[in-house]
Amino acid sequence: MNRILTGALALLLLASPLAAPAQDNPAPAAATITLGDIEISGAFTRATLPNAPVGAGYLTITNKGTADDRLMSANSPVAGMTQIHEMKMEGDVMKMTELPDGLAIPAGGTVSLAPGGLHIMFMKLNQAFAEGTTIPVTLTFEKAGSVDIDLAVGPINADEPSHDMAGH
Amino acid sequence: MRTFRIVLWTLVVVAAIGATVLFFTRPQVVNGPGGGQFALVDQRGNPADNSVFLGKPSLLFFGYTHCPDVCPTTMGEMQGWFAALGDEAKTLQGVFVTVDPARDTPEILGDYVSFVSDRIVGLTGSEAEIDKVVRDWGALAEKVPQDDGGYLMNHTASVFLVNSKGEFAGTIAYGENTSTALDKIRRLVANS
Repeated sequence: MNRILTGALALLLLASPLAAPAQDNPAPAAATITLGDIEISGAFTRATLPNAPVGAGYLTITNKGTADDRLMSANSPVAGMTQIHEMKMEGDVMKMTELPDGLAIPAGGTVSLAPGGLHIMFMKLNQAFAEGTTIPVTLTFEKAGSVDIDLAVGPINADEPSHDMAGH
Repeated sequence: MRTFRIVLWTLVVVAAIGATVLFFTRPQVVNGPGGGQFALVDQRGNPADNSVFLGKPSLLFFGYTHCPDVCPTTMGEMQGWFAALGDEAKTLQGVFVTVDPARDTPEILGDYVSFVSDRIVGLTGSEAEIDKVVRDWGALAEKVPQDDGGYLMNHTASVFLVNSKGEFAGTIAYGENTSTALDKIRRLVANS
Protein backbone atom coordinates (compact mmCIF):
# COMPACT_ATOMS: atom_id res chain seq x y z
CA MET A 1 0.00 0.00 0.00
CA ASN A 2 2.77 2.35 1.04
CA ARG A 3 4.73 1.51 -2.04
CA ILE A 4 1.77 2.27 -4.29
CA LEU A 5 1.25 5.61 -2.56
CA THR A 6 4.91 6.50 -2.94
CA GLY A 7 4.77 5.55 -6.60
CA ALA A 8 1.68 7.66 -7.15
CA LEU A 9 3.29 10.58 -5.37
CA ALA A 10 6.42 10.29 -7.47
CA LEU A 11 4.33 10.26 -10.64
CA LEU A 12 2.41 13.30 -9.45
CA LEU A 13 5.65 15.15 -8.71
CA LEU A 14 7.04 14.30 -12.11
CA ALA A 15 3.93 15.53 -13.82
CA SER A 16 3.70 18.70 -11.76
CA PRO A 17 5.15 21.95 -13.03
CA LEU A 18 7.50 21.92 -10.02
CA ALA A 19 9.52 19.21 -11.68
CA ALA A 20 10.05 21.32 -14.78
CA PRO A 21 13.01 23.69 -14.81
CA ALA A 22 12.01 27.08 -13.44
CA GLN A 23 11.59 29.72 -16.11
CA ASP A 24 11.14 33.10 -14.48
CA ASN A 25 11.05 35.41 -17.42
CA PRO A 26 9.85 33.59 -20.48
CA ALA A 27 9.89 35.52 -23.71
CA PRO A 28 6.45 35.84 -25.26
CA ALA A 29 5.80 32.65 -27.22
CA ALA A 30 4.73 34.58 -30.29
CA ALA A 31 8.12 36.27 -30.39
CA THR A 32 10.02 33.06 -31.09
CA ILE A 33 11.23 33.03 -34.65
CA THR A 34 12.60 30.01 -36.46
CA LEU A 35 15.01 30.17 -39.36
CA GLY A 36 16.15 26.69 -40.36
CA ASP A 37 17.96 25.31 -37.33
CA ILE A 38 18.16 28.72 -35.69
CA GLU A 39 15.61 29.81 -33.13
CA ILE A 40 15.46 33.43 -31.96
CA SER A 41 13.54 34.47 -28.87
CA GLY A 42 13.16 37.24 -26.33
CA ALA A 43 14.22 40.01 -28.69
CA PHE A 44 14.03 43.43 -27.07
CA THR A 45 15.68 46.80 -26.80
CA ARG A 46 15.30 49.76 -24.46
CA ALA A 47 13.77 53.16 -24.91
CA THR A 48 16.60 55.56 -25.71
CA LEU A 49 17.29 58.53 -23.48
CA PRO A 50 16.93 61.96 -25.11
CA ASN A 51 19.86 62.75 -27.44
CA ALA A 52 21.28 59.25 -27.16
CA PRO A 53 22.00 58.36 -30.80
CA VAL A 54 22.74 54.75 -29.88
CA GLY A 55 20.80 51.73 -28.72
CA ALA A 56 21.49 48.10 -27.91
CA GLY A 57 19.48 45.07 -29.01
CA TYR A 58 19.20 41.91 -26.97
CA LEU A 59 17.97 38.43 -27.88
CA THR A 60 18.60 34.74 -27.40
CA ILE A 61 19.76 32.54 -30.27
CA THR A 62 19.56 28.75 -30.15
CA ASN A 63 21.11 26.49 -32.75
CA LYS A 64 19.08 23.29 -32.89
CA GLY A 65 21.13 21.83 -35.71
CA THR A 66 24.25 19.69 -35.78
CA ALA A 67 26.43 22.25 -37.58
CA ASP A 68 27.89 25.41 -36.08
CA ASP A 69 26.49 28.65 -37.41
CA ARG A 70 27.46 32.27 -37.03
CA LEU A 71 25.56 35.52 -36.67
CA MET A 72 27.41 37.55 -39.31
CA SER A 73 25.61 40.87 -39.20
CA ALA A 74 22.60 42.85 -38.14
CA ASN A 75 21.01 45.72 -40.03
CA SER A 76 18.22 48.10 -39.27
CA PRO A 77 16.66 50.98 -41.18
CA VAL A 78 16.67 53.01 -37.94
CA ALA A 79 20.46 52.96 -37.61
CA GLY A 80 23.18 54.30 -39.88
CA MET A 81 25.51 51.63 -38.56
CA THR A 82 24.88 48.36 -36.76
CA GLN A 83 27.53 46.14 -35.20
CA ILE A 84 27.75 43.08 -33.01
CA HIS A 85 29.47 43.99 -29.76
CA GLU A 86 30.93 42.33 -26.75
CA MET A 87 31.31 44.08 -23.40
CA LYS A 88 33.57 43.06 -20.58
CA MET A 89 34.35 44.54 -17.21
CA GLU A 90 38.06 45.11 -16.66
CA GLY A 91 38.38 46.18 -13.07
CA ASP A 92 35.54 48.67 -12.80
CA VAL A 93 35.88 49.80 -16.40
CA MET A 94 33.43 48.56 -18.98
CA LYS A 95 35.19 47.83 -22.25
CA MET A 96 33.30 47.40 -25.45
CA THR A 97 34.63 45.79 -28.59
CA GLU A 98 33.14 45.05 -31.97
CA LEU A 99 33.11 41.42 -33.07
CA PRO A 100 34.03 41.97 -36.74
CA ASP A 101 33.79 38.27 -37.55
CA GLY A 102 30.38 37.95 -36.00
CA LEU A 103 29.24 35.71 -33.21
CA ALA A 104 29.57 31.91 -33.23
CA ILE A 105 26.37 29.99 -32.50
CA PRO A 106 27.64 26.45 -31.81
CA ALA A 107 25.63 23.41 -32.83
CA GLY A 108 23.17 22.58 -30.07
CA GLY A 109 24.13 25.73 -28.21
CA THR A 110 22.35 28.84 -27.02
CA VAL A 111 23.91 32.29 -27.05
CA SER A 112 22.30 35.13 -25.11
CA LEU A 113 22.77 38.74 -26.01
CA ALA A 114 21.84 40.49 -22.76
CA PRO A 115 22.46 43.79 -20.92
CA GLY A 116 26.03 44.02 -19.64
CA GLY A 117 27.36 41.59 -22.22
CA LEU A 118 26.87 40.77 -25.88
CA HIS A 119 24.55 43.07 -27.80
CA ILE A 120 23.62 44.35 -31.20
CA MET A 121 24.82 47.94 -31.23
CA PHE A 122 22.78 50.46 -33.19
CA MET A 123 24.62 53.67 -33.98
CA LYS A 124 23.73 56.86 -35.82
CA LEU A 125 20.07 56.39 -34.99
CA ASN A 126 17.72 58.33 -37.20
CA GLN A 127 14.93 58.05 -34.64
CA ALA A 128 14.57 57.62 -30.90
CA PHE A 129 13.39 54.25 -29.58
CA ALA A 130 10.04 54.87 -27.92
CA GLU A 131 8.77 52.49 -25.27
CA GLY A 132 5.96 50.29 -26.54
CA THR A 133 7.03 50.40 -30.19
CA THR A 134 9.13 47.90 -32.12
CA ILE A 135 12.41 48.22 -33.99
CA PRO A 136 12.89 46.13 -37.16
CA VAL A 137 16.19 44.30 -37.55
CA THR A 138 17.51 41.94 -40.20
CA LEU A 139 19.83 39.27 -38.84
CA THR A 140 22.12 37.42 -41.24
CA PHE A 141 23.54 34.03 -40.34
CA GLU A 142 26.37 32.35 -42.21
CA LYS A 143 24.38 29.16 -42.89
CA ALA A 144 20.76 29.76 -41.94
CA GLY A 145 20.48 32.93 -44.03
CA SER A 146 18.63 36.12 -43.21
CA VAL A 147 15.56 36.84 -41.15
CA ASP A 148 13.62 39.98 -40.24
CA ILE A 149 12.69 40.33 -36.59
CA ASP A 150 11.15 43.04 -34.42
CA LEU A 151 12.70 44.14 -31.16
CA ALA A 152 10.10 45.18 -28.61
CA VAL A 153 11.10 48.50 -27.00
CA GLY A 154 10.93 48.28 -23.21
CA PRO A 155 11.63 50.93 -20.54
CA ILE A 156 15.07 52.59 -20.35
CA ASN A 157 16.27 50.05 -17.81
CA ALA A 158 14.54 46.93 -19.19
CA ASP A 159 16.68 43.89 -18.57
CA GLU A 160 14.37 41.32 -20.07
CA PRO A 161 11.67 41.23 -22.72
CA SER A 162 8.41 42.53 -21.35
CA HIS A 163 5.65 39.98 -20.74
CA ASP A 164 2.82 42.02 -22.18
CA MET A 165 4.64 42.85 -25.38
CA ALA A 166 3.60 39.77 -27.28
CA GLY A 167 5.49 40.63 -30.44
CA HIS A 168 3.04 40.57 -33.29
CA MET B 1 74.74 26.95 23.10
CA ARG B 2 76.10 30.45 23.55
CA THR B 3 76.79 30.72 19.82
CA PHE B 4 73.24 29.57 19.11
CA ARG B 5 71.89 32.31 21.38
CA ILE B 6 74.01 34.96 19.66
CA VAL B 7 72.82 33.80 16.26
CA LEU B 8 69.21 33.95 17.43
CA TRP B 9 69.59 37.44 18.89
CA THR B 10 71.32 38.60 15.71
CA LEU B 11 68.38 37.33 13.73
CA VAL B 12 65.96 39.20 16.00
CA VAL B 13 67.91 42.43 15.55
CA VAL B 14 68.08 41.98 11.78
CA ALA B 15 64.34 41.34 11.66
CA ALA B 16 63.64 44.43 13.77
CA ILE B 17 65.82 46.61 11.53
CA GLY B 18 64.17 45.11 8.45
CA ALA B 19 60.71 45.83 9.81
CA THR B 20 61.69 49.41 10.66
CA VAL B 21 63.10 49.99 7.18
CA LEU B 22 59.98 48.51 5.60
CA PHE B 23 57.77 50.68 7.82
CA PHE B 24 59.47 53.90 6.78
CA THR B 25 59.85 53.05 3.10
CA ARG B 26 56.33 51.67 2.58
CA PRO B 27 54.43 53.34 -0.23
CA GLN B 28 52.64 56.42 1.06
CA VAL B 29 48.88 56.05 1.24
CA VAL B 30 47.51 58.10 -1.62
CA ASN B 31 44.71 60.51 -0.78
CA GLY B 32 41.28 59.05 -1.41
CA PRO B 33 39.55 59.87 -4.67
CA GLY B 34 38.08 63.31 -5.11
CA GLY B 35 39.05 66.51 -3.44
CA GLY B 36 40.62 68.11 -6.52
CA GLN B 37 39.34 71.44 -7.79
CA PHE B 38 37.47 71.65 -11.06
CA ALA B 39 35.71 74.28 -13.15
CA LEU B 40 32.90 72.85 -15.26
CA VAL B 41 29.46 73.96 -16.45
CA ASP B 42 26.12 72.46 -15.51
CA GLN B 43 23.27 71.63 -17.89
CA ARG B 44 21.96 75.19 -17.67
CA GLY B 45 25.31 76.56 -18.75
CA ASN B 46 26.13 77.87 -15.26
CA PRO B 47 29.65 77.48 -13.89
CA ALA B 48 29.97 74.55 -11.51
CA ASP B 49 32.86 73.70 -9.22
CA ASN B 50 33.46 71.43 -6.23
CA SER B 51 30.77 73.23 -4.27
CA VAL B 52 28.24 71.21 -6.27
CA PHE B 53 28.93 68.42 -3.76
CA LEU B 54 28.67 70.52 -0.61
CA GLY B 55 25.71 70.27 1.71
CA LYS B 56 24.11 67.17 0.22
CA PRO B 57 25.06 63.57 -0.43
CA SER B 58 25.72 62.75 -4.09
CA LEU B 59 25.85 59.80 -6.44
CA LEU B 60 28.62 60.61 -8.91
CA PHE B 61 28.69 58.87 -12.28
CA PHE B 62 30.98 59.27 -15.27
CA GLY B 63 29.22 58.57 -18.57
CA TYR B 64 28.23 59.99 -21.96
CA THR B 65 25.10 60.27 -24.05
CA HIS B 66 26.47 58.09 -26.89
CA CYS B 67 26.74 55.23 -24.38
CA PRO B 68 24.62 52.26 -25.41
CA ASP B 69 24.34 50.09 -22.33
CA VAL B 70 26.10 51.02 -19.10
CA CYS B 71 24.88 54.62 -18.87
CA PRO B 72 21.19 54.01 -19.61
CA THR B 73 21.32 51.02 -17.25
CA THR B 74 22.84 53.09 -14.47
CA MET B 75 20.48 56.01 -15.11
CA GLY B 76 17.55 53.59 -14.89
CA GLU B 77 18.91 52.24 -11.62
CA MET B 78 19.45 55.72 -10.21
CA GLN B 79 15.87 56.56 -11.10
CA GLY B 80 14.82 53.44 -9.18
CA TRP B 81 16.97 54.32 -6.15
CA PHE B 82 15.46 57.82 -5.91
CA ALA B 83 11.98 56.32 -6.13
CA ALA B 84 12.68 53.58 -3.58
CA LEU B 85 14.22 55.93 -1.01
CA GLY B 86 11.70 58.74 -1.42
CA ASP B 87 11.65 60.95 1.68
CA GLU B 88 14.46 58.91 3.25
CA ALA B 89 16.90 60.66 0.95
CA LYS B 90 15.35 64.02 0.16
CA THR B 91 18.68 65.79 -0.23
CA LEU B 92 20.34 63.06 -2.31
CA GLN B 93 21.40 64.20 -5.78
CA GLY B 94 22.91 62.55 -8.83
CA VAL B 95 25.91 64.14 -10.54
CA PHE B 96 26.54 62.96 -14.10
CA VAL B 97 29.95 64.06 -15.40
CA THR B 98 30.31 63.46 -19.12
CA VAL B 99 33.51 61.81 -20.33
CA ASP B 100 32.68 63.06 -23.83
CA PRO B 101 32.56 66.86 -23.51
CA ALA B 102 33.15 67.32 -27.26
CA ARG B 103 29.70 65.92 -28.05
CA ASP B 104 27.88 66.45 -24.76
CA THR B 105 27.03 70.12 -24.66
CA PRO B 106 25.09 71.46 -21.65
CA GLU B 107 21.83 71.34 -23.67
CA ILE B 108 22.34 67.76 -24.89
CA LEU B 109 23.35 66.58 -21.43
CA GLY B 110 20.50 68.53 -19.84
CA ASP B 111 17.77 66.80 -21.87
CA TYR B 112 19.41 63.47 -21.13
CA VAL B 113 19.71 63.71 -17.35
CA SER B 114 16.46 65.56 -16.75
CA PHE B 115 14.56 62.82 -18.56
CA VAL B 116 15.83 60.45 -15.86
CA SER B 117 15.30 62.72 -12.86
CA ASP B 118 15.21 66.40 -11.94
CA ARG B 119 17.62 65.50 -9.14
CA ILE B 120 20.54 64.80 -11.46
CA VAL B 121 23.03 67.54 -12.28
CA GLY B 122 24.79 67.13 -15.63
CA LEU B 123 28.34 68.50 -15.81
CA THR B 124 30.43 69.13 -18.90
CA GLY B 125 33.31 71.46 -19.76
CA SER B 126 36.68 71.60 -21.44
CA GLU B 127 38.47 68.37 -22.17
CA ALA B 128 41.30 69.39 -19.82
CA GLU B 129 38.91 69.99 -16.88
CA ILE B 130 37.03 66.76 -17.54
CA ASP B 131 40.32 64.85 -17.64
CA LYS B 132 41.21 66.39 -14.30
CA VAL B 133 37.96 65.37 -12.62
CA VAL B 134 38.20 61.86 -14.03
CA ARG B 135 41.76 61.55 -12.71
CA ASP B 136 40.96 63.10 -9.33
CA TRP B 137 38.29 60.52 -8.71
CA GLY B 138 40.51 57.66 -9.79
CA ALA B 139 38.18 56.96 -12.69
CA LEU B 140 39.14 56.08 -16.24
CA ALA B 141 37.88 57.21 -19.62
CA GLU B 142 39.46 56.38 -22.96
CA LYS B 143 38.41 56.96 -26.52
CA VAL B 144 37.89 53.91 -28.73
CA PRO B 145 37.98 55.01 -32.37
CA GLN B 146 35.54 53.40 -34.79
CA ASP B 147 36.14 52.59 -38.45
CA ASP B 148 33.84 55.37 -39.62
CA GLY B 149 35.77 58.07 -37.78
CA GLY B 150 33.39 58.09 -34.84
CA TYR B 151 34.30 56.81 -31.42
CA LEU B 152 33.01 55.15 -28.29
CA MET B 153 34.32 55.57 -24.77
CA ASN B 154 35.50 52.94 -22.35
CA HIS B 155 34.85 54.30 -18.89
CA THR B 156 34.51 53.49 -15.21
CA ALA B 157 31.10 51.96 -14.68
CA SER B 158 30.85 52.36 -10.90
CA VAL B 159 28.79 54.99 -9.12
CA PHE B 160 30.84 56.97 -6.57
CA LEU B 161 29.23 57.81 -3.24
CA VAL B 162 30.16 61.34 -2.17
CA ASN B 163 29.26 62.74 1.26
CA SER B 164 28.00 66.25 1.91
CA LYS B 165 31.56 67.47 2.49
CA GLY B 166 32.46 66.39 -1.03
CA GLU B 167 34.47 63.41 0.21
CA PHE B 168 34.62 59.98 -1.35
CA ALA B 169 32.51 57.54 0.68
CA GLY B 170 32.52 54.34 -1.39
CA THR B 171 31.19 53.00 -4.66
CA ILE B 172 28.27 51.07 -6.05
CA ALA B 173 29.52 48.57 -8.60
CA TYR B 174 27.92 48.21 -12.02
CA GLY B 175 25.09 45.72 -11.69
CA GLU B 176 25.19 45.72 -7.87
CA ASN B 177 21.92 44.33 -6.53
CA THR B 178 19.30 46.86 -5.56
CA SER B 179 19.12 46.13 -1.84
CA THR B 180 22.91 46.39 -1.41
CA ALA B 181 22.92 49.63 -3.38
CA LEU B 182 20.08 51.05 -1.29
CA ASP B 183 21.86 50.08 1.95
CA LYS B 184 24.99 51.89 0.78
CA ILE B 185 23.00 55.00 -0.12
CA ARG B 186 21.15 54.93 3.22
CA ARG B 187 24.50 54.78 5.02
CA LEU B 188 25.80 57.66 2.88
CA VAL B 189 22.75 59.77 3.68
CA ALA B 190 22.96 58.92 7.40
CA ASN B 191 26.64 59.93 7.51
CA SER B 192 26.19 63.11 5.51
